[in-house]
Amino acid sequence: MENASFPLLSLITFIPLIGAILLLFLNRESKELLRWVALIFMLADFVVSVAALGWFNTSSPNMQLVENRVWVADWGISYKLGIDGISLFLVLLSTLLGPIVVLASWKDIQTRVKEFLISLLILQVGMIGVFVSLDLFLFYVFWEVMLIPMYLLIGVWGNPARRLYAAIKFVLYTIVGSLLMLVAILALYFMAGKSTGTYTFDLLKLYDFAVPLKAQFWMFLAFFLAFAIKVPMFPFHTWLPDAHTEAPTVGSVVLAAVLLKMGTYGFIRFAIPLFPNAAADATWWICLLAVIGVIYGAWVAMVQVDVKRLVAFSSVSHLGFVMLGMFAFTSQGVEGSILQMINHGLSTGALFLIVGMIYERRHTRLIAEFGGLSKVMPLFAVFFMIFTLSSIGLPGLNGFVGEFLILLGTFKVYPVYAVLAASGVIFAAVYMLWMFQRVMFGKVTNPKNLGLPDLCAREVLVLMPILVFVVWIGVYPNTFLQPMAAPVKKFLSHVETKKTAVLNMEKAKKQTNVGQAEVAVTSLPVENRR
Amino acid sequence: MIQLPEINLGGILPALVLSLAGIFAMLVCLFMRKGAVPAAAIISLAGILVAGAANSHLRFLNEQAFSGLISLDAYTWFFNLLILIAAGMTVLTSVKYLTDDELDLSESFVLLLFSSAGMMFMVSGNHLLTIFIGLETLSISIYVLAGILPANLKSKEAALKYLLLGAFSSAIFLYGAALLYGSAGSLGLPELSKYFQSGKIGQMAYIGMGMLLVGFAFKVAAVPFHMWTPDVYEGAPSPLTGFMSVGVKAAAFAAFVRVFFESLISIQVSWVDILWVLAVLTMILGNLAAIVQDNIKRMLAYSSIAHAGYILIGMIAGQEAGTSGILYYLLAYTFTNLGAFGVVALVGRKGEANVYLDDYRGLSRTNPLLALAMSIFLFSLAGIPPTAGFVGKFTIFSAAIKQGYIWLVVIGALTSAASVFYYFRVVMKMYMESPEAEPAKLQFGPAMLLALTIAASVVLYIGIFPTNYLNLAAQSVKPLF
Repeated sequence: MENASFPLLSLITFIPLIGAILLLFLNRESKELLRWVALIFMLADFVVSVAALGWFNTSSPNMQLVENRVWVADWGISYKLGIDGISLFLVLLSTLLGPIVVLASWKDIQTRVKEFLISLLILQVGMIGVFVSLDLFLFYVFWEVMLIPMYLLIGVWGNPARRLYAAIKFVLYTIVGSLLMLVAILALYFMAGKSTGTYTFDLLKLYDFAVPLKAQFWMFLAFFLAFAIKVPMFPFHTWLPDAHTEAPTVGSVVLAAVLLKMGTYGFIRFAIPLFPNAAADATWWICLLAVIGVIYGAWVAMVQVDVKRLVAFSSVSHLGFVMLGMFAFTSQGVEGSILQMINHGLSTGALFLIVGMIYERRHTRLIAEFGGLSKVMPLFAVFFMIFTLSSIGLPGLNGFVGEFLILLGTFKVYPVYAVLAASGVIFAAVYMLWMFQRVMFGKVTNPKNLGLPDLCAREVLVLMPILVFVVWIGVYPNTFLQPMAAPVKKFLSHVETKKTAVLNMEKAKKQTNVGQAEVAVTSLPVENRR
Repeated sequence: MIQLPEINLGGILPALVLSLAGIFAMLVCLFMRKGAVPAAAIISLAGILVAGAANSHLRFLNEQAFSGLISLDAYTWFFNLLILIAAGMTVLTSVKYLTDDELDLSESFVLLLFSSAGMMFMVSGNHLLTIFIGLETLSISIYVLAGILPANLKSKEAALKYLLLGAFSSAIFLYGAALLYGSAGSLGLPELSKYFQSGKIGQMAYIGMGMLLVGFAFKVAAVPFHMWTPDVYEGAPSPLTGFMSVGVKAAAFAAFVRVFFESLISIQVSWVDILWVLAVLTMILGNLAAIVQDNIKRMLAYSSIAHAGYILIGMIAGQEAGTSGILYYLLAYTFTNLGAFGVVALVGRKGEANVYLDDYRGLSRTNPLLALAMSIFLFSLAGIPPTAGFVGKFTIFSAAIKQGYIWLVVIGALTSAASVFYYFRVVMKMYMESPEAEPAKLQFGPAMLLALTIAASVVLYIGIFPTNYLNLAAQSVKPLF
């Protein structure tokens, strides 16, 4: 079903918004009711998104369930949604984590529950919207919409000490990147409009427009900045540890699991297909930054004394893998990269939940405060162990498949980078297992840890669904890889054909007239250019 | 015997109605001891509504009246409407302010109506003298409004500063007009246009053009002619500050755009670079200075300077895209800023005691709806979707990029990223910090509630469904081209 007869994707995107509006009218004092309403809407969203699979053809490379409505006709802005095998799982990841985070916050968040849940629901709208929008304007709107609730999550419910600093840092980093991206979007819009005659923000139509090389460079740079900050790639990562450390558990979970994926998704959906030549030219540098991120993140994680900060830096390392695989431009690399986005969402999300659970009990996250917890909380230890191993990439669990594919795909083109990045896997084992050992094994040295209660039913319910997918992807990744295969193949061939098309165009231009070509490259009146 | 020019009262009916309502309100206030404020407010609102009705036919006209002194076209219609909206909202937001402070300042409504009438002449002016007279009518009323708070030194200082600097700017404007008259032999915009198209342009005309530009830059508060803004905004009563920031700016930009695009378009190359420099300075200085303010009125003053910079981008881009961008931007800005100043007036309370950023701490706890409304206005000012402010910035930026001003837009984008810092800081105060003492639960009053509800809903509505309003702006600039 290429075009949707029923606006399924709109429904998935806006169910949380309906929930948020409903919450506005409920009494703020009845906290349980508020939580149930939020949970029900998140669950409904998840159910609908799973049901959408029924109409999803997993072997098609094209956009499916497409909805297209005119929004601002004169400007060529449309309300266009659609998903393919690449965005499908990111949407499902978001909707899966929706109910989980509401459940996880049940006891954690006691102040301003109403505002908290509304922020969470609106955040969900923004995130899903980013993954399903096929119109650059619409995409930008969702991209920015998600900023405000996340800002509030960190700033209002964060760690009292430095939450304000972390919140504004997060916003400023993001907005600098995204405003420059907006400039690039507009430049692309006019350039494409001028040369093709139809002014449109429709992504799929812009895919077909060959952007001249020089313009590609600048536009890619702007998109790169916006997405690299979001990912975050080294050296744009400095907001991440602060945001993670100061955010409440749930904020960290959403941030790590879904928000960061908006950056990597941005590369694969927007930056690379729109500007393939610039992306290809930058590959060496981006891979270098990715490898530095992998190793640097791992090293810094190793010396952390705070579990949450450790997990935050491990994110920098893992996201380095994702970027590396994507820019290998091989089918294994790209598929591994997409799978690793999901994997990172699941494992790191789960690890943040675990850290949150331990924090709720002890109100500290310092490794030195713990030790021997496995004896006190056996059930907790089992979950923690599995997610730790999944994050390390133990065969049989999800992380292995993704990292293996990425390394395989990268080795074909950049053997040196692959070897260097592989060392990141080893470092990951070092810092994660070392941390696990210090927290969970040995004798209980701190008497405060003696009476800690084990996981309650709610907490098991929170972690269980993630565990299922961690094992599922590890044991039978084909369920997830198969729908990606066709779109990834299409993505790669699109990049190739468009690359050569642009090169041919440039060559033709050089042959005709150098002076004319100069004007066409920027397609702007020279005397007006600033 | 003197030949009387043809008189078309229908064309200036909106301004006439406002003036009559003003006179009537003045008389009523004179004879009423108690309850003059609500009475004057009702009269003003009625006058504004009638003027709105009288204005509606202008939309479909495209003619000149009073021997070419005044243009009656969609452009005039749009700005008249904008001025009426600003005046109406200001009446709604000031009622509570005035009654709360037990200020018997019913004459502020009278001045409001007179200055609106002046603005209407300014936006419809097809002749530099009409524009000047409109400008003076509006300015003199505003000078008094700025200093209307009794026993408030800041208010007096604001009025005096505004008067002195305003007088200078008016004089410069008039001097420029005189020089143009010397060159072209007329002050009518069509005649000036012909003169500048003729190709034989004297040095004097260029100097005149430059002085006009300075005069307008004063009124729209572009750097380096912005000095009066923070002091005046700080000293004037909050609801009226909102009116100044919106109404004066809209009227000044309306005349600025009309003069420069109708008469001076043929020498665009000679003024567009000056505007480029002004815009960049305005955006940078406005936004950077706003960051360090701790008084919200001064912060919003610098923010309004910064917004003038963004609007100047629209002028630089020019053409229909740029100018209609200005119109949409001003529409968005009118609702947003009036809303924001309404909140400032409400939070400020008696004697404007609470105008510091710290006074906003914990506002979301005691007044969740007020904090929500203020957040919407601030997000709109910062240009975050899905608000009107975002669409405004988007239209202006896109018009500039279309004309190839990439670097100008990059500067605009970066400065508006910086602006996020100070707008979000207020949100931070409201939602994330707690005050030493619990802030009081504020009573809205029906008029204020209505005004803030309208402002917040419009900001969201035209941000999400901008199509009709973009079209409206595009149609309204047609007469200029």
